[in-house]
Amino acid sequence: MLTKTEVITTDALIIGAGPVGLFAVFELGLLDMKCHLIDILDKVGGQCAELYPEKPIYDIPGIPYITGAGLTDALMEQIKPFHPTFHLGEMVETVEKIGDPKFRVTTDRGQVFEAKVIVIAAGGGSFQPKRPPIPGIEAYESKSVYYAVRQMEAFRGKRLLIAGGGDSALDWTLNLAPLASHLTLLHRRQEFRAAPDSVNKMMKLVGEGKIDFVVGQVTALEGADGQVSKAIVKTNDGSNFEIACDAILPFFGLTMKLGPVANWGVKLNDNLIPVDTEKFESNIAGIFAVGDINTYPGKLKLILSGFHEVALMSQKAHRYIYPDKRLVFQYTTSSTSLQKKLGVS
Amino acid sequence: MPKITYIDAEGTERAVDAEVGATVMESAIKNGVPGIEAECGGACACATCHVYVEEEWREKVGGPSPMEEDMLDFGYDVRPNSRLSCQIKVTDALDGLVVRIPERQA
Repeated sequence: MLTKTEVITTDALIIGAGPVGLFAVFELGLLDMKCHLIDILDKVGGQCAELYPEKPIYDIPGIPYITGAGLTDALMEQIKPFHPTFHLGEMVETVEKIGDPKFRVTTDRGQVFEAKVIVIAAGGGSFQPKRPPIPGIEAYESKSVYYAVRQMEAFRGKRLLIAGGGDSALDWTLNLAPLASHLTLLHRRQEFRAAPDSVNKMMKLVGEGKIDFVVGQVTALEGADGQVSKAIVKTNDGSNFEIACDAILPFFGLTMKLGPVANWGVKLNDNLIPVDTEKFESNIAGIFAVGDINTYPGKLKLILSGFHEVALMSQKAHRYIYPDKRLVFQYTTSSTSLQKKLGVS
Repeated sequence: MPKITYIDAEGTERAVDAEVGATVMESAIKNGVPGIEAECGGACACATCHVYVEEEWREKVGGPSPMEEDMLDFGYDVRPNSRLSCQIKVTDALDGLVVRIPERQA
């Protein structure tokens, strides 16, 4: 693991940059709390960006119709005055209380944060690569089956099998074709989701005899000690054949897994964080949970509920950090001090 | 109300009365049929409401749209009769429909 020596300090560390995490920046910002956000995805917006960027949402108050991508863009615009810092493609591994109010957080990239409060806005957990339905695949993972390419050089001179029909599968097929000793792209049908340009480039390589394209699905793996030697592939007519390979890269999209939240000492109830509806605080003082990941009597997993939750949570976060400071409730319509913070006064 | 029968991987059958206009996914969720997760809530944005349409119903139900086909790439053990149940609207013509639920969803 890489270790970064510089510790990043912030008022609030928000885990999850979905719509609720983004709006938390706004509410915390109005109360002068600065935010850093961490998200495992390489983009902001959470499920809005990953699952339904083009799908309309009809129940955002005051906005009759907006897409997931549109809502994400609008929230990014709305929180701009508060200058949040984003750490994307990064997963929080540990959260530890080291004082009051002080938490130490580490990520899978070796980054260390110190924050006064933690806001868990992780939705359904973290998006992680979907494991294809191949029996025993776990034994090969990280040894000869990879769900991401960290270093292309690791695949030089190898016989690669890439499975999937989206942009990741096609991009890596094109990028790794010159390095691999042999490359087979496997997809369950002739049509691809990936960008047509990538598909054309891939087909050109197939035409030139540089790579193989095969229609089918992997049903079994053979190998020893985590090193795969061949994949058994079933074609759509039900026949089976083998593809000899040294490494397999399956790209079947992402799925939501609770992930490391389970190891942070935060009490969980059915993979959700129980909170009270006054502070939206977990069992650990200073760790708040908002949006889809929390639960309380009557909870509805709606974006609008998450927005309400962050407004109340922010008040409590302020009281937790500054127990002696007086907090005056103000409206953005009339308060010059809030308007200054928003850069509109 | 049209009747829909869901058969799970163990062979357990569950018949429900479905509302016309709802989807086969919604009818399953509403009636507590296990095995259909519908992670994305019916937006055709995941593949966790995957079902196999029984052979005799395939023609009536029809095939997946291109967008649904794309999503089926993420399904578990996808077969020629695979559909995402959130994309099948219940009509009177589908009274008696039988779908099978895969061993697992993605």
